[in-house]
Amino acid sequence: MSPFHVPSEAIILERIQESPNIFTLRLQFADNTQAFKFMPGQFNMLYLYGVGEVAISIVSDPLDDHFFAHTIRVVGRTTEGLSKLKARDCVGIRGPFGRGWPMLEAEGKDLLLVTGGLGCAPLVSVIEYIMRRREQFAHVDILQGVKHADDMIWRKRYAQWAQAPDVNVLLTADLPDHVNWPGDLKGNVVQLFKRLDLRPDNSLAMLCGPELMMKAAITELQQHNMSDDNIWLSLERNMHCGIGQCGHCQMGEKFVCKDGPVFAYPEISANFHLDSI
Amino acid sequence: MSDIDGQTQDRQIPDKAVFLPLAQFQQFLELVQQRYKIIGPVVKDEAIQYQPINDIHALTRGIRVEQNPGQYSLEASDNNLFFAWSNGAQALKPLLFSPKESLWQAQRDEQGRLGFVALTAKPTATAVIGVRACDLAALALQDQHFLEKAQPDPQYQARRQALFLIGVDCTHPANTCFCAATHDGPALQTGFDIALSELAEGFLLRPGSRQGRALLAQLDLAPATATQQKTATQAIQRAADMQQRCLPEDNSHQQLYNQAEHPHWQAIAERCLACGNCTMVCPTCFCYSAHTETALDGGNATQVRQWDSCFSHGHSNLHGHPVRADIKSRYRQWLSHKLTGWLEQFGKSGCVGCGRCITWCPVGIDLTAEAQHLTQPGESV
Ligand SMILES: Cc1cc2nc3c(=O)[nH]c(=O)nc-3n(C[C@H](O)[C@H](O)[C@H](O)COP(=O)(O)OP(=O)(O)OC[C@H]3O[C@@H](n4cnc5c(N)ncnc54)[C@H](O)[C@@H]3O)c2cc1C
Ligand code: SF4
Ligand code: SF4
Ligand code: FES
Repeated sequence: MSPFHVPSEAIILERIQESPNIFTLRLQFADNTQAFKFMPGQFNMLYLYGVGEVAISIVSDPLDDHFFAHTIRVVGRTTEGLSKLKARDCVGIRGPFGRGWPMLEAEGKDLLLVTGGLGCAPLVSVIEYIMRRREQFAHVDILQGVKHADDMIWRKRYAQWAQAPDVNVLLTADLPDHVNWPGDLKGNVVQLFKRLDLRPDNSLAMLCGPELMMKAAITELQQHNMSDDNIWLSLERNMHCGIGQCGHCQMGEKFVCKDGPVFAYPEISANFHLDSI
Repeated sequence: MSDIDGQTQDRQIPDKAVFLPLAQFQQFLELVQQRYKIIGPVVKDEAIQYQPINDIHALTRGIRVEQNPGQYSLEASDNNLFFAWSNGAQALKPLLFSPKESLWQAQRDEQGRLGFVALTAKPTATAVIGVRACDLAALALQDQHFLEKAQPDPQYQARRQALFLIGVDCTHPANTCFCAATHDGPALQTGFDIALSELAEGFLLRPGSRQGRALLAQLDLAPATATQQKTATQAIQRAADMQQRCLPEDNSHQQLYNQAEHPHWQAIAERCLACGNCTMVCPTCFCYSAHTETALDGGNATQVRQWDSCFSHGHSNLHGHPVRADIKSRYRQWLSHKLTGWLEQFGKSGCVGCGRCITWCPVGIDLTAEAQHLTQPGESV
């Protein structure tokens, strides 16, 4: 039975409430004899019994190959139902799907990690990955923008990451002036770029979040002389299959689920700028 | 049964056609029937449909099809041929990629533990008679989409392996057919087990696979005469010459994404109803959506897939809003994917020239005319 066509049972080991509407599930396959191999940036299809499947990024580290974790925002029927599950409840898992972040290419380079909204989910796995292998990468800038202060999950982890050697964490929120906010700045995450000391020749940028934010970030990076080849981004589309078959996730001639969700910018630059593509 | 490898490996020398007199057509069908359930073209609900048949009298005969943008009708023909018509709304696609089917079932026990069972199709060996060149070209693309990958689709694969294809060269294309322009017809090229060319006095038969050759060997037929061969070839040539429509000849339609901002998309959107008929009848369209159907007692739930269309409202939903909110962007998605996106995805255009989307469009939108318009030089953008 193909693990990509039919789900396998997974058991919830732990459920963590990250913010009022964001939670994390730590999971283990019921049949845990084989290691679960994946790369940061890949995703699973999570099945809630009787309700349906949703695409969710894997946020845990590939070295922990006998359990894995998903961080989920409640937005609709399935995610709401998933949020009601507790430890020892079961879900179905198909995956892992897609192509993850270019971790080999990133080795030895300065990394610029830019996220917005819950866009942080696919990137959190990368950050964890980098932190556990800190010596393989040069300077790291982490730029996180959020819409609501509530979204600023993993605050402790951001603080921890900021303590690591040669890691610069900048946080910003798109909030009105009167709202109290403990981050570095208010406003768009792209505004943080001017605070950076980029070395365009030896940097690799990874972007994740709303498409408007990523488009603005790309323009900004190009102005900082970053070559397009070194700009990577994770896209999101409606997904029903994860294996390049149902057609829902297409963007131009790409199947986001299997050709991506992580793309080097030149791979999609021909169409990415178009509206409603 | 179709054996794609068998077809290529076995065909170093093209097989000579043999002649099946009309009087033996029923016998031929019975021979096929010994191994396969037969599906063939019949007249049903004022259209040609592919249905199970038991003898040749059930088949279409002496009819022709009038097809124009937004219009389909059957007429009496001036001959008594079985296959002197072009395609109906559907042919092979629903037999392989089912309009609605179950994928797997989840079972939940009292402790809340989940079990999953694949519900793979268990098809009976089926022969389809009367398959057209355009449909075989579309089948090759669907094979590529569902099978030629590390993890082939189990449902499609099971049905595909059970299929035996008896094709027929087209001699009477509809006004909407343009397979000659896409190089997919009207003559059968590959992908059949047996090919038929229909003459007034019978059929020329040639095998396209090991299974087809084995079946023909049981019939002890005389080789086709040179005159018969010539008559058949001329009929196909006439069928090609009759076709009027074509895609832009300079292949500019292969770069439709470059025309994404063309004002003509809006003009099309003002006519298009976003009904999705074109995607339902198109033999290459593959979109589906999946949903869960729960048993009334709650003890199990079945994951079901169903044809979907890039024209449907929910197709591109993301964070509560469709990425392609208006008809303009949906038509653009459909046509640009079909004529351009497929080239990168499959190495070939997604249009095989069958003309179905022209016929079955309620407002008669003609993709060949729209593609010409969208790629015309000098159009202000
Ligand atoms: C590659 C990928 C990775 C993702 N990773 C995460 C993650 O790590 N954490 C997380 O919380 N979410 C993630 N998502 C988004 C998640 O899939 C959707 O939020 C989820 O499908 C909504 O399902 P629902 O049944 O709860 O909502 P629904 O009731 O289906 O809908 C709620 C709203 O969300 C929209 N929606 C439906 N399907 C999707 C979809 N596939 N993507 C986005 N919006 C959708 C609907 O249009 C609807 O308006 C990811 C999506 C993709 C494509
Ligand atoms: S796009 Fe139209 S003409 Fe082309 S294969 Fe599909 S239905 Fe036939
Ligand atoms: S498009 Fe060509 S092969 Fe298909 S029905 Fe018409 S004439 Fe026949
Ligand atoms: S999610 Fe089905 S094709 Fe990508």
